Amino acid sequence: MLTWLSLLFLALFSGAAFMLGKRRAVKTAGGAARVLHSLPGYYGGYAALWAGVPAAALLLLGAMFGGRVEEAMLQAERPAVVQALELDRQEAFFSDAQAIAQGTTPSDVVYEGELKAALDVKVVEARRIENLIRSSVLGLAGVVALAGFLLAFPRLNADFRARNRVEGWVGGLLMTCSILAVLTTLGIVLSLIWESWRFFQSVSPLSFLLGTEWSPQIAMREDQVASEGAFGAVPLFAGTFLIMMISMAVAAPVGLYSAIYLSEYASRPVRSTIKPLLEVLAGVPTVVYGFFAALTVGPLFRAGFNALGAMLIGGPFDGVGQYLMEVQNQMALVAGVVMGIMLIPFVSSLSDDIINAVPQALRDGSYAMGATKSETVKKVVLPAALPGIMAAMLLAISRAVGETMIVTMAAGLQAKLTANPLDTVTTVTVQIVTLLTGDQEFDSPKTLAAFGLGLTLFVVTLGLNIIALRIVQKYREQYD
Amino acid sequence: MTDAVAPPVGPAGSAAPASLTAQQVAMEARLKKRHRAETWFKAQGLMAITIAMIFLVVLVGRIVGQGYTTFQTHTLSIPVYLNPERIDVADLEGVNYDYIVAEATMKKLGVQDDDLGLVSGKVMDLISRDFGFQLLNQLKADKSLIGKTVTVTGPFKADADLYFKGEIKRSTEEGDRKLDNQQLDWLDQLEKEGSVKSGFNFAFFKNSDSTEPEQAGVLGAVVGSAMMLLITALIAVPMGVMAAVYLEEFAPKNRWTDIIEVNINNLAAVPSIVYGLLGLALFINWLHVPRSSPLVGGLVLALMALPTVIIATRSALKAVPPSIREAALGVGASKTQTVFHHVLPLAMPGVMTGAILSLAHALGETAPLLMIGMVSFVPGVPEGFTGAATVLPVQVFIWENASERAFHERTAGAIIVLLVFMIVMNAAAVILRRRFERRW
Repeated sequence: MLTWLSLLFLALFSGAAFMLGKRRAVKTAGGAARVLHSLPGYYGGYAALWAGVPAAALLLLGAMFGGRVEEAMLQAERPAVVQALELDRQEAFFSDAQAIAQGTTPSDVVYEGELKAALDVKVVEARRIENLIRSSVLGLAGVVALAGFLLAFPRLNADFRARNRVEGWVGGLLMTCSILAVLTTLGIVLSLIWESWRFFQSVSPLSFLLGTEWSPQIAMREDQVASEGAFGAVPLFAGTFLIMMISMAVAAPVGLYSAIYLSEYASRPVRSTIKPLLEVLAGVPTVVYGFFAALTVGPLFRAGFNALGAMLIGGPFDGVGQYLMEVQNQMALVAGVVMGIMLIPFVSSLSDDIINAVPQALRDGSYAMGATKSETVKKVVLPAALPGIMAAMLLAISRAVGETMIVTMAAGLQAKLTANPLDTVTTVTVQIVTLLTGDQEFDSPKTLAAFGLGLTLFVVTLGLNIIALRIVQKYREQYD
Repeated sequence: MTDAVAPPVGPAGSAAPASLTAQQVAMEARLKKRHRAETWFKAQGLMAITIAMIFLVVLVGRIVGQGYTTFQTHTLSIPVYLNPERIDVADLEGVNYDYIVAEATMKKLGVQDDDLGLVSGKVMDLISRDFGFQLLNQLKADKSLIGKTVTVTGPFKADADLYFKGEIKRSTEEGDRKLDNQQLDWLDQLEKEGSVKSGFNFAFFKNSDSTEPEQAGVLGAVVGSAMMLLITALIAVPMGVMAAVYLEEFAPKNRWTDIIEVNINNLAAVPSIVYGLLGLALFINWLHVPRSSPLVGGLVLALMALPTVIIATRSALKAVPPSIREAALGVGASKTQTVFHHVLPLAMPGVMTGAILSLAHALGETAPLLMIGMVSFVPGVPEGFTGAATVLPVQVFIWENASERAFHERTAGAIIVLLVFMIVMNAAAVILRRRFERRW
């Protein structure tokens, strides 16, 4: 709230600086704007930028990190009564002290006796620290704003190259924004590596990547001696792979054939109706596919397999029949098929672009030799488009591996090492969601395991993308 | 010499189809086979398209079929006698209004409660607790109502509503449905007497999440989604556009900009759940942004939408022909003036289209929000940008997990609301593109 108000003040100050700067520039030119180096607005802009931007950056930094500094200062000195508490109780104690100081609702924990006295002391201290930080940030911002203005204002005269300076600021701002995109990547990589490193301190990377037993719920208990081995991720990788294969078995042929039909056979009106419809399919949120899988496809498949099982029972395939009768809603096949449906428009639009990029001259040459359309497609167009199509498939695989909602809603939670599509399997993404939803303490291997899985996922999808990019670069035919 | 290689054709004019040579027969057969292969290949393509379209129709049809009933609801109007014996004026909150309503309904149905309260219990299973809240509010406003009879209109419990909608059928085995025969008889009786009215379900849009299906609505989720999307738009669009302008117009072409470019393309393909992990580690654990708030959700989705906004803006900027830039530079504009006065305004339709599409994508995103604690029960409209909030796709996820059948109907209803929002956004993008896009 205070930040908003102070930003508003800063904006007003900056606006005033703009007016003053503009006036001064015109005045130094003796009222003739024509002798100025730049348009008058640039002089105002220069003053406004110096008055506003550094102070605004300071205020934002204060808003972002003020809370952390306050916490660190508050926790610097811990009374003996508090130190006697368990570590997470200590955290709760301090966050309650802050909550009371800020007037928000603290937790339900009741503090009595010495602890209550310590809490009251800390509440007073928290208020004091908060006021201190707030007033120092505000004061500093005010000083910086004033200093910036006073620094810029005297420089404004008719010969001052205001436009170049302002454009320098603009260029810097633009560059900062594009660096931020790189920082996002860096943030992803660093946060994943940092948290995974903490995880790998309690579980060795080898047993994580090669272990075949996954049961993080058991390892949560502290008395569990053999907590290692419960974090073997191979069943998750196998489940992810199984579902990915099923989805590609649906999406690859349907998507590719649709693309071929649309680009080679379909008439213009057909093309212009089907393509937007496919885009609709691509725009449906994945949670909707998940709902569809869990409540429509799952029960449907189950009923179908049960009916088939009922027919087989008593016959020569009695065993198979018995098995089919026990099939559950949550099977790998359901999640895989629905994910395949989701990927159809992705595969088809990528392949469509690639097929269209094959030059018409190649087709014409093939027709001139007397080849039919399908022969042209199979023997000329597809081989020419093959690297691109391979890349499209790899990108689709990367999507399938990283897809979360469909598998969370339609695949199971049981980590099983199986290749049976009728069995329930679990995937990397499902486990990340399960490990991180609900109440969590941030130091248990259980929550940190999610970051280990996330890192694996990131590396795999990144690898797939890079390979796809390389394939396109390396094998692309240069036609022109 | 030439005769030896020429095909052995008979004298001109005397060749009849009957006297085809073996080679020609083979060629005819081959041609037929090739044409069959052609037809078959075309049929395969057509089949693929048909399958994709069938999937689309089934998906949309199934969701609309499951969800459209959400928008209809049945209400009951009953006169309730506010019995002074049952109402303690000093403690209005503590009165058992549900029983008072049940009494009124039993009177209407002409049945008596038994000693164990089984009958009133069954009646209470049909009528929403909303009646009780209404009575409480009316009494709080006007205590003189005690001892009088007021007519209250409110919803049925979800199961009764499903019976009126035909979702629960009398033909089902009595043990397999939530309502027994007697309850169904009562509902029929109420309908016959004209106390039941069906109408548009305004409550679905006025209420937020609730543990009672008939009182659960999407208002909180819609407001939460709007707040989150506002944050996403305010961060991702200006930043993405500025980054793209830098990369496309200002940046020198060297290794660094190449790295940035490859990097942005790769970021666009990172699974969304990884952004959730980033948000959890960076915003929540490190910067202590409040969990499950629209602020943190918007920040995470902004990071996710940033690369797509950048890519769309770059292609829009690329489409502006160089002659525009050269003309501006030629009359003495600086580089910055050229870009901001001429190139960017001309690229704006493309930029806005890309921005709207990536925001629509962010609106439907669920997985990263699960990581940052948005899967909590929030029974109201979010209190500001740092309060706990829920958003539409997550609401869908939460309701889908609920066991009551009535929630499945609500889930499909919420999906329809979500899809309507997405269709509106996509349509806006298409219109923008059609209206303002220029071909050079």
